[in-house]
Amino acid sequence: MNSINRRQFIQLLGGGSVLASSIGLVACSKQPAASGRVVIIGGGFGGATCAKYLQRFDPDLDITLVEPKQKFVTCPFSNLVLGGLREMDSISHTYDAHTKRGIKVVHSLAREIDPAGKKVHLADGKTLEYDRLVVSPGIDFRWEDIEGMSPGDAEKLPHAWNGGPQTVTLRNQLTAMPDGGTVIIAPPANPFRCPPGPYERASMVANYLKQNKPRSKILILDAKTKFSKQPLFMQGWEQLYGDMIEWVSGDAGGRISRVDIAGKTLYNELGEGHAGSVVNFIPPQKAGKIAHDAGLVDSSGWCPVDQRNFASTLHPDIHVIGDASLAGAMPKSGFAANSQGKVCAAAIVSALHNTTMPEPSYVNTCYSLVGPDYGISVAAVYRYAEDQGIYKVDGSGGVSPAEADAEFRQKEARYTRGWYASITSDTWG
Amino acid sequence: MFRLRLPAALVFTAASFSVSIIAPAAEISQGAMLSNSCAACHGTDGNSPGAIPTLHGKSADFIERALKGFRSGERESTVMGRHATGYSDEEIALIADYFAGLK
Repeated sequence: MNSINRRQFIQLLGGGSVLASSIGLVACSKQPAASGRVVIIGGGFGGATCAKYLQRFDPDLDITLVEPKQKFVTCPFSNLVLGGLREMDSISHTYDAHTKRGIKVVHSLAREIDPAGKKVHLADGKTLEYDRLVVSPGIDFRWEDIEGMSPGDAEKLPHAWNGGPQTVTLRNQLTAMPDGGTVIIAPPANPFRCPPGPYERASMVANYLKQNKPRSKILILDAKTKFSKQPLFMQGWEQLYGDMIEWVSGDAGGRISRVDIAGKTLYNELGEGHAGSVVNFIPPQKAGKIAHDAGLVDSSGWCPVDQRNFASTLHPDIHVIGDASLAGAMPKSGFAANSQGKVCAAAIVSALHNTTMPEPSYVNTCYSLVGPDYGISVAAVYRYAEDQGIYKVDGSGGVSPAEADAEFRQKEARYTRGWYASITSDTWG
Repeated sequence: MFRLRLPAALVFTAASFSVSIIAPAAEISQGAMLSNSCAACHGTDGNSPGAIPTLHGKSADFIERALKGFRSGERESTVMGRHATGYSDEEIALIADYFAGLK
């Protein structure tokens, strides 16, 4: 990249004043002075963090963050909105801090990536050129796997698995349902965004129903045969909500294959139907749309990457982070995406400056509220090895203890809220 | 990249100059890599806006003792024991020095 170093260049120039002033003009103009152009598609936990840390590592970078939404509504804590513990405003985040840092925030949709020409075409007609591209598109849904349901039906049967308007729709359905009704939550098969999320959702809905519609039930029809923090959730449910929540395993009729939108009924593989007052079917998932369009996914529907630096194994100048990436032992979570965004930023800055990248270190913690004062967590520290990709450090991590007193659960509930304040300020602040 | 009409040779040297004139960003340290992952709970640079303790302004000695205490279990915690077990003595020292060295 840099075939003549500064000393050689000065020798070459020989102090010619006319030449020097011309050079000065060029060197001072802003475009060429940037140490590289990085475009980031997606302003969620992965993309917004990556943009911020790129700027922190190298303030001379020309960074553009492409995100259609003016305000990003987080999926984390949207369950608290469903339960009536939070308002939408408190889980919505702007990009003002990014703009203040000198990051260009473009509120448009990335329509097409041209990997050969290193360009991104936007829905508003503009084109962005890049040296490195980061794609952090989140998830899309496998509607093709579910009979009787398409994206347009989400207004009637909101999955609410992206924070946003569907969160409000689902909340309104819960407040409108009669006491004594049934809320059905149907979580998808692995892998999917936020493994403990559906069960925190059941908890927050139960907390609302217990206070407002105590004769109601929650039925979880699960595609899986076990789930994240299962013993802790079940212990908490029994303690706080008695028998309000019933969980049906995938091999006991929980696996849904057909949806009747008008009848608000889910049918399992055996043809048995379950009707609910409110039905929250969370469809099976795959990497976000643009990852598919750009040829960044493999047959799994997710994006294979070099897990050391998140460079796509299919297009090495494009990095894929967050839920869309295949990140070894890390779960698909906002926390993981934030952690990956930092590692990816370090990898890009090191590559552009031809310096040695530090050995990557990644962390994840997933807090869940079982009740307003009852928190549980799962955590791990991760490293990279060439032969196994991202792996959990032996002896690190694990879930909250099964035997813990009310004070411990209360502390973790407090830290759940503290975590949300911290990670959203680390990502958008 | 360059809009000015300059002789080709000059454009070439100018391009080289425009790259090399930038003080190369300091190599990203191992301490920064390790410590940035703490920020998701403890806030950017350890400035926590909520219930989780702030690390910014704490001495290296304090952070090192705390992490080692969490790791051994001598110091009670909710989640920190599960994190501290992921780091060696050397890594704990790097994290402690990183936070203590922040302005």
